[in-house]
Amino acid sequence: MKTAASGLAVLKEALATLDWSALLKDAVIAALVATLLALPLVGFQTYDIGGGALGIRTHFDWVATAAAAVFAGRLALRLQQRLRRGGERRGETLFARLGTWGNRRALPITLVGIAFAVALPFLPFSSRYLIDLGTTVLIYVMLGWGLNVVVGLAGLLDLGYVAFYAVGAYTFALLARDLGLTFWQALPFSGLVAASFGVILGFPVLRLRGDYLAIVTLGFGEIIRIVLLNWSPVTGGPNGISDIPRPSFFGLPFARSAPEGATTFHQFFGLEFSPAQRVTYIYFVILALALVTNLFTSRLRRLPIGRAWEALREDEVACRALGINPTNVKLSAFGIGAMLGGFAGCFFATRQGFISPESFTFIESATILAIVVLGGMGSQMGVVLAALLLVTLPEFGRAFAEFRMLIFGAAMVAIMVWRPRGLLAHREPSLRLHARRSAAL
Amino acid sequence: MAYFLQQLINGLTLGSIYGLIAIGYTMVYGIIGMINFAHGEIYMIGAFISIIAFLLLGLIGVSYVPLALALVLLTTMLFTAIYGWTVERVAYRPLRGSFRLAPLISAIGTSIFLQNYVQILQGAREKPMLPLVQGGFTVFESDGFAVRLSYLQLLIMLVTVALMAGFSTFIATTPLGRAQRACEQDMQMAALLGVDVDQVISMTFVMGAALAAVAGLMVTLYYGVVDFFIGFLAGVKAFTAAVLGGIGSLPGAMLGGILIGLIEAFWSGYFSVEYKDVSVFVVLILVLVFRPTGLLGAPELEKV
Amino acid sequence: MTGANEVREPLLLVEHLTMRFGGLTAVHDLSFDAYSREITAIIGPNGAGKTTVFNCLTGFYKPSVGRLMMLVNGEGLLLERMDGFRIVRQAGIARTFQNMRLFAGMTVLENLIVAQHNLLMSASAFSVAGLFGLPRYRSAERAAVERARHWLDKIGLIERADWPAGALPYGAQRRLEIARALCTGPALLCLDEPAAGLNPRESAELNELLLAIRVEERIAILLIEHDMSVVMGISDHIIVLDYGRKIADGPPAAVRVDPNVIKAYLGEDELEKLPKTSAADLHIRR
Repeated sequence: MKTAASGLAVLKEALATLDWSALLKDAVIAALVATLLALPLVGFQTYDIGGGALGIRTHFDWVATAAAAVFAGRLALRLQQRLRRGGERRGETLFARLGTWGNRRALPITLVGIAFAVALPFLPFSSRYLIDLGTTVLIYVMLGWGLNVVVGLAGLLDLGYVAFYAVGAYTFALLARDLGLTFWQALPFSGLVAASFGVILGFPVLRLRGDYLAIVTLGFGEIIRIVLLNWSPVTGGPNGISDIPRPSFFGLPFARSAPEGATTFHQFFGLEFSPAQRVTYIYFVILALALVTNLFTSRLRRLPIGRAWEALREDEVACRALGINPTNVKLSAFGIGAMLGGFAGCFFATRQGFISPESFTFIESATILAIVVLGGMGSQMGVVLAALLLVTLPEFGRAFAEFRMLIFGAAMVAIMVWRPRGLLAHREPSLRLHARRSAAL
Repeated sequence: MAYFLQQLINGLTLGSIYGLIAIGYTMVYGIIGMINFAHGEIYMIGAFISIIAFLLLGLIGVSYVPLALALVLLTTMLFTAIYGWTVERVAYRPLRGSFRLAPLISAIGTSIFLQNYVQILQGAREKPMLPLVQGGFTVFESDGFAVRLSYLQLLIMLVTVALMAGFSTFIATTPLGRAQRACEQDMQMAALLGVDVDQVISMTFVMGAALAAVAGLMVTLYYGVVDFFIGFLAGVKAFTAAVLGGIGSLPGAMLGGILIGLIEAFWSGYFSVEYKDVSVFVVLILVLVFRPTGLLGAPELEKV
Repeated sequence: MTGANEVREPLLLVEHLTMRFGGLTAVHDLSFDAYSREITAIIGPNGAGKTTVFNCLTGFYKPSVGRLMMLVNGEGLLLERMDGFRIVRQAGIARTFQNMRLFAGMTVLENLIVAQHNLLMSASAFSVAGLFGLPRYRSAERAAVERARHWLDKIGLIERADWPAGALPYGAQRRLEIARALCTGPALLCLDEPAAGLNPRESAELNELLLAIRVEERIAILLIEHDMSVVMGISDHIIVLDYGRKIADGPPAAVRVDPNVIKAYLGEDELEKLPKTSAADLHIRR
């Protein structure tokens, strides 16, 4: 272990050997580019002055700040790279070690996580707001796990996942409106209809490669949204569908009072009515759905179908050479991924009580994709982490809320450049020949 | 008949705009085999920069329209090109050896970033633009319906043709154009022969961005209003145009652009305006499923 | 080698195979037979069309002209119309690739298990039996692991079974690819340059492995190769291609001294320079 003093001496020596003029020139150029970029859009801000006219404000100080920040950042980056050269790449192994540490303790971490999640509504600092937040996180976790099947496992970049979410939601809404089905009754139908859409989407994209596949799925998602927006007689158009029934506890509604002859939840259990009861119940419903999703996808991963998904991601040509029909593999990935999205959509509808096409935009698809990518494609825990970050970050301040998608966009680029396998990705084999050893491998 | 002609004119104008954007997609795809998902945002940035430039010129007191147009054209192309250059350097170049999906995911991240960047800085409301180029003439009249060709529409089409011609000449005759074509064919070989591949790729992005900037400027003048979201839809449509014409083919991009413009114009003219975007998406799916190489593209053989 | 008293059973019949790409004819009117329990080698200078033949046989290209018949249980299956993956399933043809296509991110063991996908899928009743952990699936999975273990043992990778396939050294990866192809239970194993990049010791080991496979599994091997020590060392039957055409077809001893072959490899001028002796006098050292 180096002492601090000797470490500092090494650093000083290393700094002295650097080519400062080249580094500074590099940073200046970067700052110059930043200035040119920032000048038109940051330096000048347009604003409404009414009557269809625009005014302009200048913010040259912001431009200067941006240039200075880029200068400093670029210099720091280059310095870090120069100093690292030859030395161990500690940053890399830190994340890798974190990943393997996490994976090795997957079971205890998972149990603690589940325990926490189950206990959340009953903890002393809990509140309706917190439970609501938790519900939102869990919806995104479930969506992330669903998309993970398509993108993470099968390697099919789906940019229109929100379509299945929407289909699931609208299926329930329509079944409730026209046939009077309840949440639990409609749930399987949401999944089934969404799965069918998934297969329908799968057919045209069978022979498409990564980029084209992504664009077509994006188109599919947009088509669904536009149809939902405009097919008013069926979907309610931009107003969507309201009065979607809330889930009941085995037939006991969560209301203050029930119609003749029926008992409400609070009456049955002898509790005082509180709106928190339904909120908590809904939270547990999504928790259960998410856990089942996880169990289901983990199990599938260890079955031939899951392995075929991963093999397809690795090398489709090799799959064909082993007798695997890529069509079936792709369709199954799309179908199952879509089904899970449909379940999530059904839940979303019942939680909100109303749905409209506004909730199902491309931005949602991109967000779910961001969750899967940032968490590490294929990593279950990573998805949870990323969903937590995405949903809770805006809560930490108005600045975060406004800059949320900006940060996420930048994070997606950053992850691809620095850690393309995601924050926590380290692939656990689906089966082992030998027992896992505690040694380095 | 008159109505048809009007839709034709509208479609050709729209198609010119799409064509200019499509060229950016097709060139980038031709040289590095990736879809520059953020290209639509570059076009949007071009539109915003042009509005700001117009406003500034107005404040300075430049009122001679052709001068203003020329100045704004140059400024917009310049600054947008820098954006295009930067995106390539920051988001794509580091990923050149990476796995298949990495550049695409990075592109999506960049697209999200740029959209929100403009939204935060300039506000989410749409920005209006005073009509600068006004007037036109009646081409044809029948049944009381006058087919009008506005000067702006004419300008757009002429500028597009000029740019296309200039660009094709550039690619065919200059050393940079030759280097570009060489890189498209075989990047490794070109590098071995001394071509600075990095620079060629950068220039490709710069040129694509410049053309998208022109498109942005035109859309600003034509529709009179822009918002931070126009890049998304225009981007997908222009990409569809590039694929329809044959990805990697320059004339294909223009042809595809015109066709998409016409399809959109006729669909909204004769069927429904609400579903006009759906028509383009359906075209995209049909082309990619049945003829992925497009109209003017060459078939690709799978290398095993 | 098929025993002196055993009859040579034809397994794969290639008739008038022609493959054209636009104006270029990669393979021209090629006909040959490959026999069961024999090692057939396809050799020839670079660009002779060898990998193209493989790609036609395994469904990656559709031949322009020709008939490719695989005899399965006495019946002839026409390969030229079949999808690649169906050829593997129904005709029992497995292959490796010149550029090696392992599932690098998956472990060695998983690579071998994926090869047994079809068996396992039907055992899992499209995953339903698998989901519920029914015994029928579990025993099928155990059998698959056993089969994988058998091959891992043969190729010396038991210890590294849980390594990511991409982390293996080159020679081990090549062996893994062969083992993976074998796990599909083929009747014909097509190897595209299995000895590429191997040093002489590794090539000798490869020879042993291939001979062992042929004897124990009683399957046929069709092999594209440049390494003459491998080709001459173990082949029962050699087909020589040059510019897409067959220029020789026979046992190694005959092919070795065939003047057309020598001309193709060494060039016309070289042939002129050789002392004019009769073919029988030419000895090419092993």
